[in-house]
Amino acid sequence: MTATTSPTYIGTRLARKEDPRLITGEGTFTDDVMLQGMAYMTLVRSPHAHARILRIDTAAAKKEPGVVAVLTGTELEATGMLPVFITVPGMNGSKHMPIATDKARYAGDAVAAVVAESRDAAKRAADLIAVDYEPLPVVVDGTKALEPGAPIVHEELSSNLVFTYPVKGGDIDKAFKDAEVTVTQRIVNQRLIPNAMEPRAVTAKFEAGELTLWTSTQIPHFVQLIVALNLGLGQNRVRVIAPEVGGGFGSKLQVYAEELLVGHLSKTLGRPVKWTEERREGYLATIHGRDLVENVEIAAKKDGTILGLRIRTVANLGAYLQAFAPGIPTILHAFIIPGPYKIPAFDVEVRGVYTNTTPVDAYRGAGRPEATFAMERIMDRLADEIGMDPAEVRRKNFIPPDAFPFNTISGITYDSGDYEPALDRALAMADYKGFEKRRAEAKARGNYRGIGLSTYVEICGLAPSKANSALGVGWGGYESARIRVHATGSVQVFTGTSPHGQGHETSWSQIAADALGVSPNDIEVRHGDTFESPGMGVGTFGSRSLAVGGIAVHKAAEKVREKVVQIAAHLLEASPADIVVENGKVFVRGVPEKAKNFGDISMAAYLANNLPDGMEPGLEATVYYDPPNFTFPFGTHIAEVEIDGETGSVRIVKYSACDDCGRQINPMIVDGQLHGGIVQGIGQALYEGAVYDDNGQLLSGSMMEYHVPSAEDVPSIDLDHTVTLTNTNPLGVKGIGEAGTIGSTPAVVNAVIDALSPLGIKHIDMPLTPEKLWRAIRAAGEGRR
Amino acid sequence: MITHPFTYQTPATIEEAVQQLGRNGEAKVIAGGHSLLPLIKLGLSQPEALIDLRKIASLREIRTEPDGAIVVGALATHRTITHDQTVRAKLAALAEAAGEVGDLQVRARGTIGGSLAHADPAADEPAPTLAYDAIIRAIGPKGRRDIPARDYFKGVFETALAANEIIAEIRFPAPAGRTGGAYAKFAHPASGFAVTGVAAVITLAADGTVERAAIAVTGAAAAAYRATQAEKALTGTKGDAKAIADASAKAADGITALADLAASAEYRKNLVTVYAKRAIQRAVERAKG
Repeated sequence: MTATTSPTYIGTRLARKEDPRLITGEGTFTDDVMLQGMAYMTLVRSPHAHARILRIDTAAAKKEPGVVAVLTGTELEATGMLPVFITVPGMNGSKHMPIATDKARYAGDAVAAVVAESRDAAKRAADLIAVDYEPLPVVVDGTKALEPGAPIVHEELSSNLVFTYPVKGGDIDKAFKDAEVTVTQRIVNQRLIPNAMEPRAVTAKFEAGELTLWTSTQIPHFVQLIVALNLGLGQNRVRVIAPEVGGGFGSKLQVYAEELLVGHLSKTLGRPVKWTEERREGYLATIHGRDLVENVEIAAKKDGTILGLRIRTVANLGAYLQAFAPGIPTILHAFIIPGPYKIPAFDVEVRGVYTNTTPVDAYRGAGRPEATFAMERIMDRLADEIGMDPAEVRRKNFIPPDAFPFNTISGITYDSGDYEPALDRALAMADYKGFEKRRAEAKARGNYRGIGLSTYVEICGLAPSKANSALGVGWGGYESARIRVHATGSVQVFTGTSPHGQGHETSWSQIAADALGVSPNDIEVRHGDTFESPGMGVGTFGSRSLAVGGIAVHKAAEKVREKVVQIAAHLLEASPADIVVENGKVFVRGVPEKAKNFGDISMAAYLANNLPDGMEPGLEATVYYDPPNFTFPFGTHIAEVEIDGETGSVRIVKYSACDDCGRQINPMIVDGQLHGGIVQGIGQALYEGAVYDDNGQLLSGSMMEYHVPSAEDVPSIDLDHTVTLTNTNPLGVKGIGEAGTIGSTPAVVNAVIDALSPLGIKHIDMPLTPEKLWRAIRAAGEGRR
Repeated sequence: MITHPFTYQTPATIEEAVQQLGRNGEAKVIAGGHSLLPLIKLGLSQPEALIDLRKIASLREIRTEPDGAIVVGALATHRTITHDQTVRAKLAALAEAAGEVGDLQVRARGTIGGSLAHADPAADEPAPTLAYDAIIRAIGPKGRRDIPARDYFKGVFETALAANEIIAEIRFPAPAGRTGGAYAKFAHPASGFAVTGVAAVITLAADGTVERAAIAVTGAAAAAYRATQAEKALTGTKGDAKAIADASAKAADGITALADLAASAEYRKNLVTVYAKRAIQRAVERAKG
């Protein structure tokens, strides 16, 4: 660390400052914003997955009492297109209007908007809109969408292929020629539905030429930018506020149609307008995640040494490209597939595809869980093939600790890593050595018990702006922070990050408190309002907030501290080098009895009648921090499962994880992130999966069918950590928001397959539902007794 | 969201409720509301009138009749039932099934009368109602009508209850001396409904043989049913592991099993046999005391 000599608050389990107001219901969410004269928008959505819109009859709806406006797509083209922020080479983008004009391309595509005096009236009027559709052939499967003769989602493009994205290194042909063993596995990362606890919502008012837009988003500044550009308003006339946001997981990392529509309608109708998503509507109209099919081939020696990896991926991107969609299966997936392993030859090709399904974009982990899942499954398949312990195959291929910074075969540079201690610690926590006894005991009960691990490296801290640019990301990857110390000594931190559950108010307070020598309780962190932010904020996603935004806070606090030291040195007639700032006091080293209060210094900064020559009055600093590299956290997760031999039900009996995210600012928040992430990853492994029928109807269309894991599905989770600092930033921090999701899915699936491996079972696609396992067990000939 | 207007009435007696039900064209009776309100919110049910029974306090009672029958009022909540000492002691399968309904909030508001009237094929309480040979007492314009549970469940959301009748109470005959009951359930991971739920009520003779076996299954078919082949197979046996396994294997005989995303028909039948076995085992153990 830099000038902060001994951290007082960094590293402590400070209770989250956010929680009292959230727990007692005092938080204000977007739907809580009530404005005088507010009207309500509802959208009519296509029931067809693919259909030409022949005619829309709005006459009856317009007559419904309470209706303010009924508008179709052609009447709303003034809102402009929805943005895509990432362009990969050769990408076939498509027109994406907030309301479809020519045809509906997925079930849930909006075709008309109604604004009324009440939600009820809007809904009633929506039911009266008659749309004549000409249903068209539908394609929901990514691979089928690439076959000749498949229905074309965007007719102006000649095919459904969005892009072909290769990442290659080394001599892959030689690797497979030299291989003593090869293993091939088709791996499906099923489509997931994000299910943030708070559905999306937008409220807007337009007054005196200024648009204020409350929205449940992870990226208020991007929303501000696009709303201003699309609606023809100065950016200074658009204020976007992300108040309390109840979870996002990437699903609110968008500029959505409803944001543009509500903004536009408020502006044109001259009154506040609100839209609140219903849960079932969200299943259709909020982005989905994952949906990759990968053919994975590994070439290795019989001793387990990896020689090469070849992967062919089809990424189903849904009906339209969303904001970051092109970057998820490419940048965030292909580059990180090698994980913690030395891989001499690498050949990955990802094809993105349009289908008649809800658009797919970032979902917690966003590309990295898919990458880790593919790698960790093939590692287990390799271990099985050569009869080697899965832990030892991994150990054998680990990048050694003296090899960092390490240039991967995929072309990125890992900052730091020491993978074996985390593996060994997790193995000890899981009592890996004693497992076979537990397997035998379960067998006596008629059950199957298995243990599975995953060792991962993820890519966090998105991103160095130059790397962004090279990768096709159309915006910088910096983050901003402003620290303002008021005359009385109270401190405000303004951050460009936009937390929606991450606890930045607490962590940023801890960072600033250590730099300023004050208590975190004396620091207020403000976020999510573009009119009081430092300027441009990038937002909260990709486990970037701490390693980029937290560092911006640290650097701004260091600047303020430096000024405090200068003023104190002047007032105390000492050298700045001798000034100590701690516990709210500022004094000359060795003379604490003559200390000045922190507030005396801030008051002096504003009285400005006795400052060092040439010093500006005031006490604040603004920093835009652009990181020099990504960060690469890592760890080992181990799941132990027991499968009911009669029903195929899986119970996770033990879960152990040792993660390394560099320095921890607040270990309690780190643990919380891991708990939530692990549970989310368990959801993918065992329960979740969007299911479409051949007509593009979402069968898993509500929480009655789609199971998000709850407390009763989750075992007690044992966590431990190693700490390997990064040199990428002055605090040595890496990021932890997605590690749980990345590590847990393969660990659980590997455990289930390990349990069934005595039956000769090699792989089962997720989610590992009881029926699937029961069928596999029965097919293996041991099911009936 | 509820977008259609309806009238709301709160009768003080069940007779009054029946009258109101007859007066209104598209009227629905509401108790806990946990089945009806979701349907209304989704627009699948659009009643013109809601007749709320919750002011009729007498319907909440659980009492024991002089002949030992346990009478559960239609408005008894799942939570009340699962915590009732008499029900726990005498009707363990009912207590367990009520305790498996939904989640705490649903159990605290949802009622047994509502569950039986709605007759969701995956509801829990139909199974013990059948297994204990309960009588469903309905009140209609012509007075009361007692419907044996065996004649009550007809199909998906279909029962013997007439549109102008309201369930008042469910009468469970006093179980014989050495009787044990149990309910075993494979819950839908998302909804919590029974993919399969089996209630077993076993009475042992003095010599320890199974004198009476009642095995009722919910969740697996269009309506909850009695697994008569399994009951026959178990009756007269010692209730040992093999007898239980053999009987359980017949618990899905002859049914047309439901199929959905959570379980195919074939898998559901497997669940019926597995959960019949688990319920019977526990019921036999309890009967032994």
